[in-house]
Amino acid sequence: MKIEMKGISKSFGKNEVLKDVNFTVHSGEVHALMGENGAGKSTLMNILTGLLDANGGEILVDGQPVKYDDALQAEHSGISFIHQEMNNFGEMTVLENMFLNHEIKGKFGMLNMKEMRAEAKKVLQRLNVDIPLNVPIGTLSVGTQQMIEIAKSLMNDTKILILDEPSAALSEKEIDSLFDIIRGLKAQGVGMIYISHRMQEIFEITDRITVMRDGLTVASYPTAEVDVHQIIKDMVGRDLSDFYPDREPKYGETRLEVDHFTSQGVFNDVSFSVKAGEILAFSGLMGAGRTEIMRALFGIDHHDSGTIKVNGQEVNLKTPSDSIKHGVGFLTENRKDEGLILDASIAANIDLPSIDGFVKHGLVDQKADNDFVEMLIKRLTVKATSRNDLAGDLSGGNQQKVVLAKWVGSGSQILILDEPTRGVDVGAKREIYDLMNELTDRGVAIIMISSDLQEVLGFSDRIAVVYEGRLMGEIATQDANQEKVMTLATGGKLDE
Amino acid sequence: MNNSTETQTKSGFDFGKIVSKLGPLLALIVLVIIVSALNTSFLGINNIMNLLQQVSINALIAFGMQFVILTGGIDLSVGSILALSGAITAQLIVSGFSPIVAFLIGAACGAVFGALNGLLIAYGGAAPFIVTLATMSVYRGLTYVLTNGNPITGPAMNDSFSFQFLGQGYLFGIPFQVYLMVLGFAVFYVLMHKTAFGRKTFAIGGNEKAAFVAGVKTKRILIWIYVIAGFLAAIAGLVLTSQLGSAQPDAGTSYEMDAIAAVVLGGTSLAGGKGKMSGTLIGALIIGVLNNGMNLLGISSFFQQIVKGIVILVAVLLDRKQAKN
Repeated sequence: MKIEMKGISKSFGKNEVLKDVNFTVHSGEVHALMGENGAGKSTLMNILTGLLDANGGEILVDGQPVKYDDALQAEHSGISFIHQEMNNFGEMTVLENMFLNHEIKGKFGMLNMKEMRAEAKKVLQRLNVDIPLNVPIGTLSVGTQQMIEIAKSLMNDTKILILDEPSAALSEKEIDSLFDIIRGLKAQGVGMIYISHRMQEIFEITDRITVMRDGLTVASYPTAEVDVHQIIKDMVGRDLSDFYPDREPKYGETRLEVDHFTSQGVFNDVSFSVKAGEILAFSGLMGAGRTEIMRALFGIDHHDSGTIKVNGQEVNLKTPSDSIKHGVGFLTENRKDEGLILDASIAANIDLPSIDGFVKHGLVDQKADNDFVEMLIKRLTVKATSRNDLAGDLSGGNQQKVVLAKWVGSGSQILILDEPTRGVDVGAKREIYDLMNELTDRGVAIIMISSDLQEVLGFSDRIAVVYEGRLMGEIATQDANQEKVMTLATGGKLDE
Repeated sequence: MNNSTETQTKSGFDFGKIVSKLGPLLALIVLVIIVSALNTSFLGINNIMNLLQQVSINALIAFGMQFVILTGGIDLSVGSILALSGAITAQLIVSGFSPIVAFLIGAACGAVFGALNGLLIAYGGAAPFIVTLATMSVYRGLTYVLTNGNPITGPAMNDSFSFQFLGQGYLFGIPFQVYLMVLGFAVFYVLMHKTAFGRKTFAIGGNEKAAFVAGVKTKRILIWIYVIAGFLAAIAGLVLTSQLGSAQPDAGTSYEMDAIAAVVLGGTSLAGGKGKMSGTLIGALIIGVLNNGMNLLGISSFFQQIVKGIVILVAVLLDRKQAKN
């Protein structure tokens, strides 16, 4: 099977997401599709599998033009899409999940369990994995669930498999088994489109790399003929060195000092400190515990032991409200869930942590409040028609700016930013970095959690690496490189 | 990438927006016109005063209910709190307490019953619907225990001017309880729309987790909100007890429904985070005009229930349609 996408274009309103995209994949090939968030990868895949309609261009399968109306039709033609977020029903068994909506029925419409079990075993065998069929799928690890997802697609006689960030939530060991499966499927003639940001994996598993940027396919190479540096250059559109603004930190006093911070079974004996004017990056694999440490620090979750000092004073941060009083702000990684009230205005979001400061004689001083909000909207260049626009109507980058405005406004001297540029377009990213520079210049201490290694290496002063809930080490960013960080992030040690 | 999948269209004249802004008021005006056309005595001064008397009790409960609904919760126990607070007050007066002191204690009891709801919801983590369904039963049961199933009344109540004035007295030709409603509206309007407490109430309803992360003491606010609901239900209970001259064990049964209806008719979203105090007042007036109008028109009470139900359904469906647009 050979799929050719030619001259594909797609707009959402005025926003041109795909301009002129060409992409080809065939059976027995593992083809990496790379690009920054917002480059158009997912849109392209959604068009291929019929989830979205293209505005222009054509899709040829083995030379014949096709157009799928929905994902089911694409699946029947042998194209399966394994999404980043799986839609499993955690309480139902593996078998029930595998056959959901295409149950095999016997007499009187009763389920034919025997045949379904045999069928499931057969396809799992093809992947060379052994998974119990009668346990609730929610009790299995994400990696195992993903294998089941792949197995499910194989039941439809898949010829082309799209894997969207398949390794994002997997442990090192699980990634190895995933790669075994990928190699096995490749040998069986299945073609795969592999979407990932992880360079190491791309170079390990793929045969060909196509890079997208701003809605265009900018380059396509056989993997063996290209290096990481070139790919990054293609993705970012310029050399990495000028994508991130320069850091010229001037450190002040220690703002935050965390000692022997522990939450049983989540993180253990974590100690670190940040100075005024410094950006401390927290790196590590997904699930290493970085977010959990910060959530406990900020008072969202509990911790069991350890001390926190703010500006040299030991403090007890039991709730976010305590933390805010001590000048700590926290931009959470999931802004729709915990960062914003989507149905409320920009203003109501920005002033929420500061609202008590605007109370005069028991009432909110509306004018002072409005001035405050307007000032922040301007300062953070939030693009909106007015402060009364709903936060939910803004683009990802502008939403992130609203959350930042909230914490800048509350006067945070210690700012914890959990994936501050995730789901943010390139332009807004740069603005966020500039703002971080401006804040550190004014003596704010920033802790930045980021899964984007380029970002960590390109825009921090010091890197703390977390592995399985422990702090494996700290590296000054100027001495750091990808290998060093990855070694620590995977539980290794640096030889001095 | 997901942010670009939302496309927006805007028409020049936003009819829907105007209707949704003035909807409840328009509905009230239309209703008044229809009822007064069908029965001329509707607009008579006596009838209007009678109507306002009825509305006051529901409106007071509804003001508290609106705070609860704004947080995405519900309080089914207000009818029972009304009865229990009324019964406690009556019992105190009959046992020789001065009516003023008894009123204060009764109102405080309502606040305490509300606080109990709030504690169970905020710290017990149980759903407001379930908690208040349970306490609705508990508070009603306590009322029956306290009253032994019989009305509490006596000369100590009916010979007392201050007891009678609350629910039967007139000031400048207007029933005293109407002033209470207006005062309640003013106080809670300011609390809802002009204070930090009000802002936080809306924030909790909009996204409780985000509000918590932004430093809102969500549990504390929630408890206070149920205190408000309980307190206002108790005040309504005192008014009703005074109006009837006795505390009835089954007083306030299903009053929570009228209060919820007033809030919803007034445009407050049951999902929380959106609504206006003025809407709730209008909602209470709509319910009042409906009840009063149907009585005047001689519609049987059986049919009245059906009509009320349909009106609420239509209002909610219209609201859903607005939300989708």
